[in-house]
Amino acid sequence: MKRFRAFVVKEFYHIFRDYRTLLILFGMPAVQLMLFGYVITNEIKDARIAIYDPSKDIVTRMISDKILSSGYFILERNLNNIAEIESAFRYGEVSLAIVFEPEFAKKMEKNGTAHLQIIGDASDPNTANILVNYASGIISNYLISINSEKVPYQIIPQARMMYNGELKGVYMFVPGLMAMLLMLISALMTSLAITREKELGTMELLLVSPLRPVQIIIGKVFPYVFLAFIDAIIILVLGNTVFHVPVLGSITLLLAESFLYICMALSLGILISTLTSSQQIAMMVSLVALMLPTILLSGFIFPVENMPWILQVFCYVMPPKYFITIIKSIMLQGNGLACVWQETLILLGFTLFFLMLSVKKFNIRLA
Amino acid sequence: MAVSSENIIIVKDLVKKFGSFVANDHLTFEVRKGEIFGFLGANGAGKTTAIKILCGLWYPTSGELNVAGYNIYTQREKVKQNIGYMSQKFSLYDDLTVFENIRFYGGIYGLRKKEISERSKSLMERLDLSAARDKLIRDIPLGWKQKLAFSVAMLHNPKIVFLDEPTGGVDPITRRQFWNLIYEAAHGGTTVFVTTHYMDESEYCDRVSIMVDGRIAALDTPEKLKFQFNASTMDDVFIQLARGK
Repeated sequence: MKRFRAFVVKEFYHIFRDYRTLLILFGMPAVQLMLFGYVITNEIKDARIAIYDPSKDIVTRMISDKILSSGYFILERNLNNIAEIESAFRYGEVSLAIVFEPEFAKKMEKNGTAHLQIIGDASDPNTANILVNYASGIISNYLISINSEKVPYQIIPQARMMYNGELKGVYMFVPGLMAMLLMLISALMTSLAITREKELGTMELLLVSPLRPVQIIIGKVFPYVFLAFIDAIIILVLGNTVFHVPVLGSITLLLAESFLYICMALSLGILISTLTSSQQIAMMVSLVALMLPTILLSGFIFPVENMPWILQVFCYVMPPKYFITIIKSIMLQGNGLACVWQETLILLGFTLFFLMLSVKKFNIRLA
Repeated sequence: MAVSSENIIIVKDLVKKFGSFVANDHLTFEVRKGEIFGFLGANGAGKTTAIKILCGLWYPTSGELNVAGYNIYTQREKVKQNIGYMSQKFSLYDDLTVFENIRFYGGIYGLRKKEISERSKSLMERLDLSAARDKLIRDIPLGWKQKLAFSVAMLHNPKIVFLDEPTGGVDPITRRQFWNLIYEAAHGGTTVFVTTHYMDESEYCDRVSIMVDGRIAALDTPEKLKFQFNASTMDDVFIQLARGK
């Protein structure tokens, strides 16, 4: 134990002497969270639109007012003819156009129907979709409000978004970022720390010493459990204070699950370091084999359900996917272990699997 | 202390194969307690493989090995506690200070705090390093690093110290000083097992073994080897052996 302590003390010296890495370790979660929280957002605010209104009557004016006062849209320009629509889109002046047909109010009065066209800029399909939905929502609300006296029956659907009432994107990013950053710090940093000893030749010295291989590995990994844990807390606190992402469930459970995930990522890092002998390769493997799948195949940004089945199969062997499910469930839905025990078991399984594999590899190396 | 007749390393029929390549082909030799044993050979002759097996870094394919009185297969931990090792690659931590390095190695060999502070003090005085106690290793000259690495490998008073090309890349004066340290260690009763490229260094050894293609081609004192091969220097002996296969 005394030997082990001496070893861990040395590891902390390495980490604290290398303040650039330290800066990355603690600066990264903050910067990433701010980036994801503020830059990548699905919420629409102040989208610029154009309106072509040849009728200019009371109904079209009411509808335009409703749209413009919703807070989602601002009027970029009033169009004078149909041909201007194309050019407004082409020069990127507007992202949505509303086109009323001539004599709108009169037709509505006489025929009971009038036509209105909503044109979106689908060169950015997600945004276009959201904008079109918002605009049609506003119009149907208007319709309901003017018809309420005339129609004998009506169905008023009331949608409520559970767990994230304002549909904030950051609710999704905090769990995703936790999964990504903990993976990065744990797996990448440990694989680098271990391969560095190999490169410097000090690994031989350690192996010649009475320290057992297991002690060496645990000693190398131990400080990163600590650092990753601090990062997890930074992300949670920032998410809570800056972006008001709640933690509805038990914080203890959340931290325990994070601990399990960190252990899983660390064992992956150990595995990588037993397979490679240079820091560069370890870094490439960690980045390519871990980071990209964590971002793309974990349900962090893109929903797993929409992927082709072959990719879905990959998703199911990605440990981050389960961690994201777990923390979303605890943070946003306030669930307890009863709801996430399956995912927890899967993570535990991954951890043991990676550990066993790396112990086996390590032994082969010694033989 | 004189070389005793007691054997501290006993190797019998050591074989190490990597696939079909035989790195060590039935090595048999003994090293006596307190002697400076030179282990020579061209690159790829199997020196490093043998030294790694003796240190317990690799398992041999077959053969009997006894190091410092312990069986290498069954008593690895005992072997490790009783040997010191310094490799050709540099073996101190660049980002730790002189004292932190000493304390670290003392710590992993299980020395007590008091022992560490006493030994590190006398070590730094002996090497004239007291002023550099809190300097980072990366900031001190190579010659000092090498001497320090040797002293650190000796910190836990091992019975045997293995030096794998310890003097690579240092100037002749530092090499001379380094050999003084080796003599001191041997006088103190530590057995020194050293591999080297420099043939003049082999003259300083009590006995020398020369490896060619995974086998021991010659093993004796430098004087007897020179007499046997009718050569004036160890260099000649080595060249005759390497060519005369």
